[in-house]
Amino acid sequence: MKRAFGGAAVLAVCAAMTQASETKPTEVVFEDGAVAQSLTGVAGDVASGEKIMNKGAGNCIACHEVSALNMLPFHGEVGPMLDGVADRWTEAELRGIVANAKMMFDETVMPSFYKTEGFIRLGNAYSGKAHEGDVEPLLSAQQIEDVVAYLMTLKEE
Amino acid sequence: MKRAKTYAGTLTVVAAMAATTAFADADDDQLVVNGEIEMVTEAAAPEHLEYVDTVYSGWRFRSDETQAFQMDDFDNPAMIFVEKASEDWNKPEGTEGKACASCHEDVENLKGVRAVYPKWNESAGEVRTLEMQINDCRENQMGAEPLKYTGGDMAAMVGLLSSVSRGMPISVAIDGPAQETWEQGKEIYYTRYGQLELSCANCHEDNYGNMIRADHLSQGQINGFPTYRLKNTKLNSVHARFKGCVRDTRAHTFKPGSPEFIALELYVASRGNGLSVEGPSVRN
Ligand code: HEC
Ligand code: HEC
Repeated sequence: MKRAFGGAAVLAVCAAMTQASETKPTEVVFEDGAVAQSLTGVAGDVASGEKIMNKGAGNCIACHEVSALNMLPFHGEVGPMLDGVADRWTEAELRGIVANAKMMFDETVMPSFYKTEGFIRLGNAYSGKAHEGDVEPLLSAQQIEDVVAYLMTLKEE
Repeated sequence: MKRAKTYAGTLTVVAAMAATTAFADADDDQLVVNGEIEMVTEAAAPEHLEYVDTVYSGWRFRSDETQAFQMDDFDNPAMIFVEKASEDWNKPEGTEGKACASCHEDVENLKGVRAVYPKWNESAGEVRTLEMQINDCRENQMGAEPLKYTGGDMAAMVGLLSSVSRGMPISVAIDGPAQETWEQGKEIYYTRYGQLELSCANCHEDNYGNMIRADHLSQGQINGFPTYRLKNTKLNSVHARFKGCVRDTRAHTFKPGSPEFIALELYVASRGNGLSVEGPSVRN
């Protein structure tokens, strides 16, 4: 029930949007850990999402194995394997998990990729020094959309 | 929505179990150094540990090739640094014209010391690491300059002192006057620092045995310190390793020798009570 209703709400919001506008990390609306609305209004780019899975701030395969990325070495085992993840979760749920997994899984070790507040001893990237100035989320709004678009390709059924 | 969540939750558990059985924890190898020092690399967890039943030396998580380096002193690259430290042991320094040997004579006299540090120092009214004690001797007994906390000379001297205690069980005291520091260290161990919001426990308690990228996570024990790392070809001290791990969470690290790292060292050392002193060990 809830799901059908949420879906309708998304459509309404999308229709109302005339141009792409970005949702700030502090303004994301989570419902049962899911984020129904696109963070940018721009469709995610699967190829870009695939890159983020491997390198840089995403580095998802440090913790997750993905058979479709078997050409890349060293997949981690800290999180569950992501094969077929789009069969298990809706797009809205995947967006919620990537943006802030702690909303879906209490206390999970998975980092919150679209969050800018509430850190303890925030550093300046990997320098070990203190952070100064504005905080950037680990992934930008569009990068989150790209990763979600990539995850949506991981179907087994 | 609820159903989907439960279903995926179950899958997660199954996947996690599969991963655990595939790479399961530590291997079954036995560590005997020089064919004579039998190391305890697996022990019943000390009573104060709430979430772990068995403690393992980091040696048990390394590849056979890396493990082999530590099985014989002729193959252990750390021993070159230990030899250098034995020279320093006998070398007079500072305004008093004394060497370590002037007071302690043979380094064998300090057998057992490594196993009980960090340790409460009554006259100073503080918990001291071995590095702090070494510098206290240098400054107050020898009138010499303190060594840099994580510097090569210091790591080598700690390596020398560890080497004469090899095979003895780690047994740091956590009660009495040390308790407050220990509690502080425990709190740090479980705090999720940095932008990745990861605590020591997230990696070394919740996920030991699992791969994180190319690294096989151990329990992050410090019974093997200082460690010679094949990666940087030098002796690495405990606080340098702590600093690296905290930095990797995208956090503002604590300084080597800081009260926070001293407390953390006492706490982490106590998690290994019962394992053998293994330092200087070899890691990748
Ligand atoms: C430090 C480890 C870590 C990193 C890095 C990480 N994850 Fe996760 N992830 C986890 C864990 C652990 C879980 C399981 C949730 C829990 O804690 O119960 C999880 C769960 C998930 C799930 C749900 C999977 C399922 O089958 O239920 C998805 C999807 C996911 N992660 C995607 C990602 C993506 C995409 C990235 C990178 C942008 C990423 N993760 C980075 C640890 C991580
Ligand atoms: C993001 C994951 C991560 C976190 C968080 C982390 N570590 Fe580590 N740590 C590693 C990896 C990877 C290694 C290298 C493989 C190994 O020995 O476990 C390592 C190694 C170590 C070692 C060397 C063990 C040996 O036998 O040589 C120690 C000690 C250690 N960590 C302590 C800590 C402490 C204390 C903290 C918290 C302040 C911490 N780590 C936080 C990933 C982490």
